[in-house]
Amino acid sequence: MGLTAPPEHRTVSYAPESQEGWVATRLDFLVNWGRANSLWPMPFGTACCAIEFMATAASDFDLARFGMERMSFSPRQADVLICAGRVPFKLAPIIRRIWQQMPQPKWAISMGACASTGGMFDNYAVVQGIDTIIPVDVYVPGCPPRPEGLIYGIRMLQEKVKNERSSDAGIRDEMEPDPSSQLYIPPSVIDELGEPFGNSVNQTRSGL
Amino acid sequence: MTRFEVVRTGASATGAQPATQRNVSHRGAEANPSAKALQDKFSTAIKRVEVIWAETIVYVDPAAAHEIIRWLHDDQSQQYDFLIDVTAVEYRDAEVPIEVVWHLRSLPYRRFLRIKAQLPKGAPLEIDSLWDIYKSADWLERECYDMFGIRFRGHPDLRRILMWESYKEGYPLRKDFPLRGRFSRSEQLRQALAQNPEARYSMEELTIADAFAELPEDMRERLGKGERTGE
Amino acid sequence: MSKRTVEVELSTSGLDAQGRPQRIPLVTNDGGAAVALQPPPGLEPDLEGEHMLINIGPQHPATHGVLRLVLELDGETVVRCIPHIGYLHCGFEKIGEYRQYNQIICWTDREDYLNSIGNNVAFALGAERLFGIEITERCKVLRVIASELSRIMSHLVWLGTFCIDIGAFTPFLWAFQRREEIYRLIEKWVGARLTTSATRVGGMAADIPSGWMDGLRQFIRTFPHTLDEIDRVLTRNAIWVGRTVGLGVMTPEEAINWGLSGPMLRASGVDYDVRKDFPYLDYETYDFEVPVGTNGDVYDRYLVRFEELRQSLRILQQAADRLPDGPVNIDDPRIILPPKSKATSEMESMIYHFKVVMEGPRPPIGESYVAVESPKGEKGYYMVSDGTAKPVRWRIRPPSFVNLAAIPKMVEGHLLSDVIAINASIDIVMGEIDR
Repeated sequence: MGLTAPPEHRTVSYAPESQEGWVATRLDFLVNWGRANSLWPMPFGTACCAIEFMATAASDFDLARFGMERMSFSPRQADVLICAGRVPFKLAPIIRRIWQQMPQPKWAISMGACASTGGMFDNYAVVQGIDTIIPVDVYVPGCPPRPEGLIYGIRMLQEKVKNERSSDAGIRDEMEPDPSSQLYIPPSVIDELGEPFGNSVNQTRSGL
Repeated sequence: MTRFEVVRTGASATGAQPATQRNVSHRGAEANPSAKALQDKFSTAIKRVEVIWAETIVYVDPAAAHEIIRWLHDDQSQQYDFLIDVTAVEYRDAEVPIEVVWHLRSLPYRRFLRIKAQLPKGAPLEIDSLWDIYKSADWLERECYDMFGIRFRGHPDLRRILMWESYKEGYPLRKDFPLRGRFSRSEQLRQALAQNPEARYSMEELTIADAFAELPEDMRERLGKGERTGE
Repeated sequence: MSKRTVEVELSTSGLDAQGRPQRIPLVTNDGGAAVALQPPPGLEPDLEGEHMLINIGPQHPATHGVLRLVLELDGETVVRCIPHIGYLHCGFEKIGEYRQYNQIICWTDREDYLNSIGNNVAFALGAERLFGIEITERCKVLRVIASELSRIMSHLVWLGTFCIDIGAFTPFLWAFQRREEIYRLIEKWVGARLTTSATRVGGMAADIPSGWMDGLRQFIRTFPHTLDEIDRVLTRNAIWVGRTVGLGVMTPEEAINWGLSGPMLRASGVDYDVRKDFPYLDYETYDFEVPVGTNGDVYDRYLVRFEELRQSLRILQQAADRLPDGPVNIDDPRIILPPKSKATSEMESMIYHFKVVMEGPRPPIGESYVAVESPKGEKGYYMVSDGTAKPVRWRIRPPSFVNLAAIPKMVEGHLLSDVIAINASIDIVMGEIDR
């Protein structure tokens, strides 16, 4: 779930000394198994990664094996937002709106270098990582990632889903962005992260 | 059913079969015959003619650009019916004026021509639009305005096309615009997110049917006064 | 602009003796066929209503990227269409002013990402014109092979997604399966499937490995079967024809005036192909035809692109037969990297290597515009140089941008589902439109 509030209770596990009851753990297992193996992706495909996503969904690599062949282009019916491709600033409120329209439980995969960090587009137009706008669960590097890479990322998300526990109270909480800035990460942190690469205000690297 | 015809070689006035250019010289190639025709017809408005890498470049007076291109389009011996591109170039040297560049092609005669008009930087950047001659100039000029701030007089709907309409940082392809923008990253994000996607309808769209009546009162007032919405 | 009429067969007039609307069962003649009568006048009251404002996109499965179409609808008929673009604007041209020419090649992959290796070729041709370089014969033939493979890849994506938009899912899977074969070939050659960066100024990034031509010939041999299969399924299919004929018609004069190029222009009857009219890479020595349509509607565009796939195979066959031996790169170490064996052993080569990588080759002062026939249309790169290693201006002339500008004209008067079909027939790539 990305940026949730820090857990104030002990973590739970399947270990025998855990205090969870047998029914709760079995129920967790069933629910997580069901969720992980039928994640319906919402392909927010913008650029080249979207073509690799389509190739992954096509017959050679086949996302249907993982229960993901039903692409849900309506966010209301989707589980996973796969952001495939670069996100410019003009598109930022759109992806924010789409994320907010998705009902819980929801996860996000940031596919490709451009969605994760802005990629090779370190300029005035591109969001330097969609995790400044929406909370991301899995980052898949690559430009574009090979279909095997995307499938690895999806499997990683499935592991994450399977390790969720219903007794974890804050797991479905949606963290609201700071209303004054509308950002999930404080502005000072964003500026600090962007500074080594020379954003205009600081512009530490000239000519590049 | 459609049948396929072998490509016709076209009514080329020169009569030669086109071939891949080889060993193109930097400056010594022969000029496009249209350059001579232009100089004969518009003597003072043609500033100079250059041939670089076998492409003819004609520098024209900005005030006469529309008339010259209209003649190139209409005249039977020229027939430049295809507008390839409208763009602008700003040089790194601050003294050199901004150039508006038009790329024209004559399909019947198989010719290519580049027309340039220089706009000095001290004055407002304005030039006549070619929309009444070529419909393809519509979006190309909008993009030129968006990236450089050059206003095209006579364009029906000159507003930003690639950036959002209320983009405040400036004109991106100008040389005084830094690569990463003028604002800090968090400020850019804040401005981008501040817009409501539903506010992104242009005035033209909001005049449709009852959409206007459903807007909040203050928005209607602002729009009535001519203020533009987020798109 | 053509209109589509839907013929309605009614069994009765629908009115009883008093003229009131009446539900009457279907009347058939002895043969069992329904008896067709004129549709009753005045049965449906004249439905007047306000026009609707519908927003399609920017996130939408059928817009082929992040395109936003705002439609004014009168019922199902489009009265006005206002497209909004810019949702994928990533500042390519601005970045080009801060990168050396060989570095820009990486960016050319990403703008038209369906035709990445074709874009690499186009940019390299433009840069070589700016530098005043003549490339080797082997490099020319390899680039022709690359361009045509790229054309096939792009048209296959177009075909697949066009079929999905109309409603046929299977050709998408067939098309992508063939694409995987081409991906494997390209991956063996340059190392990447999609974002290839295969060319360099003065040559190619790598020569083809041994055995690669066999893979190419195998592809040329087996690809026509897929084309025939898709042809059998689609071209004379009643649903297909019914959904695409007569839509989005552009007359030849309009098409030229609106700046359309590529299959859009050729489907309208204008025989302009950059490979034939302003040839590059010795295309005039290859024997191929350029399909030209007659009506300028969506069906013609489909036929034109389909035939282009076959013609590309022809060119590939000829190129594969004529590939000469010899060096791929030019022999100028100031512009292109020297072979690695020399760079690690000879002093001059090492210095050349260093300068080419760190500073980049510098062209003379000048400018050039080179256009190639990309699968979408006339793709041009306009570069202005002031003598330094980074261009003053790098302009991409995007064919899809100019083609898409004509969509308000093409969809007026058509139905909402036709908008999707017409949009798909333009073959747009938002990466190229928004850059």
